[in-house]
Amino acid sequence: MADIFFTAVFAENLALSFFLGICTFLAVSQRVDTALGLGLAVIVIQTITVTANSVVYVVLLSRGAWAWAGMPDLDLSYLSLIAFIGLIAAIVQITEMVLDRYMPALHQALGIFLPLITVNCAILGGSLFVVERHYTIAQSVVFGFGSGVGWALAILAFAAIRERVRYSDMPEGLSGLGSAFLITGLLSLGFVAFSGAGG
Amino acid sequence: MALREIRSALVTSNPVTQQILGICSALAVSTSVATAFTMSVALTAVLCSSNVIISSIRRHIPPSVRLIVQITIIASLVIVTDQVLQAYAFELSRQLSIFVALIVTNCLVLGRAESFAIRNPVLPSLVDGFANALGYSLILLLVGTVRELLGQGTWFGITIFPLASDGGWFEPIGLMSLAPSAFFVIGFLVWFIRSWRRDLVERLPYGVRGQEAGDG
Amino acid sequence: MSDPDRRPAGFLSRSNDDPIKIFGVAIGVALICSLLVSGVTAYLRPIQEANLAAERNARMGAMLDAVPGLRDVIAESGADGLQTRMVDLDTGQFVPDANVSAFDYDTAASSEELAVSIPADRDLARLRTRPAQIPVNIVERDGELLLLVLPMRGRGYQSTIIALMALESDLRTVAALRILEQGETAGLGARIETPEWQEGWTGKQVADSNGTIVIDVVRGGAKTAFEVDGISGATITSTGVANTVRYWLGDHGFGPLIERLRAEGA
Repeated sequence: MADIFFTAVFAENLALSFFLGICTFLAVSQRVDTALGLGLAVIVIQTITVTANSVVYVVLLSRGAWAWAGMPDLDLSYLSLIAFIGLIAAIVQITEMVLDRYMPALHQALGIFLPLITVNCAILGGSLFVVERHYTIAQSVVFGFGSGVGWALAILAFAAIRERVRYSDMPEGLSGLGSAFLITGLLSLGFVAFSGAGG
Repeated sequence: MALREIRSALVTSNPVTQQILGICSALAVSTSVATAFTMSVALTAVLCSSNVIISSIRRHIPPSVRLIVQITIIASLVIVTDQVLQAYAFELSRQLSIFVALIVTNCLVLGRAESFAIRNPVLPSLVDGFANALGYSLILLLVGTVRELLGQGTWFGITIFPLASDGGWFEPIGLMSLAPSAFFVIGFLVWFIRSWRRDLVERLPYGVRGQEAGDG
Repeated sequence: MSDPDRRPAGFLSRSNDDPIKIFGVAIGVALICSLLVSGVTAYLRPIQEANLAAERNARMGAMLDAVPGLRDVIAESGADGLQTRMVDLDTGQFVPDANVSAFDYDTAASSEELAVSIPADRDLARLRTRPAQIPVNIVERDGELLLLVLPMRGRGYQSTIIALMALESDLRTVAALRILEQGETAGLGARIETPEWQEGWTGKQVADSNGTIVIDVVRGGAKTAFEVDGISGATITSTGVANTVRYWLGDHGFGPLIERLRAEGA
């Protein structure tokens, strides 16, 4: 299990190795505090949704899931995309309502980021990876948590760098988005080094 | 009018380099021109059809279910596209599998649906979808060209620079096949575009002492 | 008196805040989308399966072409040619009267009765489960084993790699390795599917004189008959292939089968 966690955080970082969730990654990383808020939200949502989607896939959609009802050949896996995204949207909605009711301070702090997470490709991507790699439900929990941590780590590091670089002296055409791309490229190049560690 | 839309989506409001939409897939599938091209076609199909469908029922989508209705429609279109690819372009669909699936959350498709199709008639929505898809495809093909040429010496599979290992002169740049190179290519592309079109540079909210605020 | 300006009260003319309309639109969209998706999938599935089958046949054909003279052997031996036999992996025995044409790896690997879970410390290929019985292909002539073709699969960098390995009659020398399916990085890991890389396997020895599986994919150039050159920049993919081969040739894979055949054939 530990190797699933560490691989998800470093060697197969969703943001810097697979480039999932990059739009939000680039758009919301201007300041460290906003990045932190988004990162925490991603960790929570990712853990919940990857687990839930894994359960749904194993119990409802995969080939053989309906064997108990006398239909062992029924393979509904082609519906997994719609099922996952629907579940993700529902979970985000419910999480928002629960936070609003029981932890209003946190809900206030997260603000607009919670709904934004619904369309973060990293969330959907995590669930799709679990299906492709045939993880068990227990492994999915670890993978969900790990991949969320990895994404949060990436955006935090990136925001910290961007804050420093913002007012530095660089060619006008490069400042802002251009430098953001180059910095992300360098960061992800650094993360490539992790894929050698651990074999 | 349609032409002006298309021209603007190519540079001034290019989805990838200006709007920061649709980036995830732009990076991962741009290792070769063939995959970039297939992805562009798939995205164009999905973006145009989703814009048209959402625009045609826009008056009847209740606000409380707006997001999920849009996502459901987009997801269905993506599944259909994926199935069609698997049936008729089998080899390519292997390489693209997870990224075609990710068109669902591709911020570009949802972004245009949310900001345009939901409040504009069908024909303008179709033009908007097509224009943005074209802008996206342009960037994707550019990046794909650079990465494939420098990384493998080929373009669309056709050898342009004969590889040294095959008796030619070209030593491929291994970095180009790695994921981070896409960032570098797009970063330099953005730099180039903004040096040519000064009006596209972002303005900083605060100036640095000794310079005018807004000069960056 | 009817007012010509008032439309007949229909579902669509309800306000967008009307709960009935909200449910109606949600259910309607869900229904139509599901029908569309299911319809297209059902219609296209036969074509997709035909694609898969055609590809497998083509790869098998390419595999046979890779071993010189093999086609002629099969042609001249006629019925004795290429046979498919179901193997029980634990015992290494052939299973008589097994329905090999109905075998589907994914079904067998995920079903309760047909699958065996792989202990974590032996799961080199990172598969977690595998079928208890798998069909293999053998080429015999006059009762003598010429070639053993073993299906293999395992986890690469970002996809499952599916391959066929053909072993020569000594069950130690690789006749050919063919990668059937992979989804690795284009230009890097994906190069395992090129003929150039696969040729590096032909003639290599998988086991040493004690029978220990020692074949490996190495960086920086293969120096011995037990080594295959890896792909630079694709370490994980290369290691994935090596681990896959080592798992399936080992005790938890086709090891028992190979031992039995060697003992019988010797």
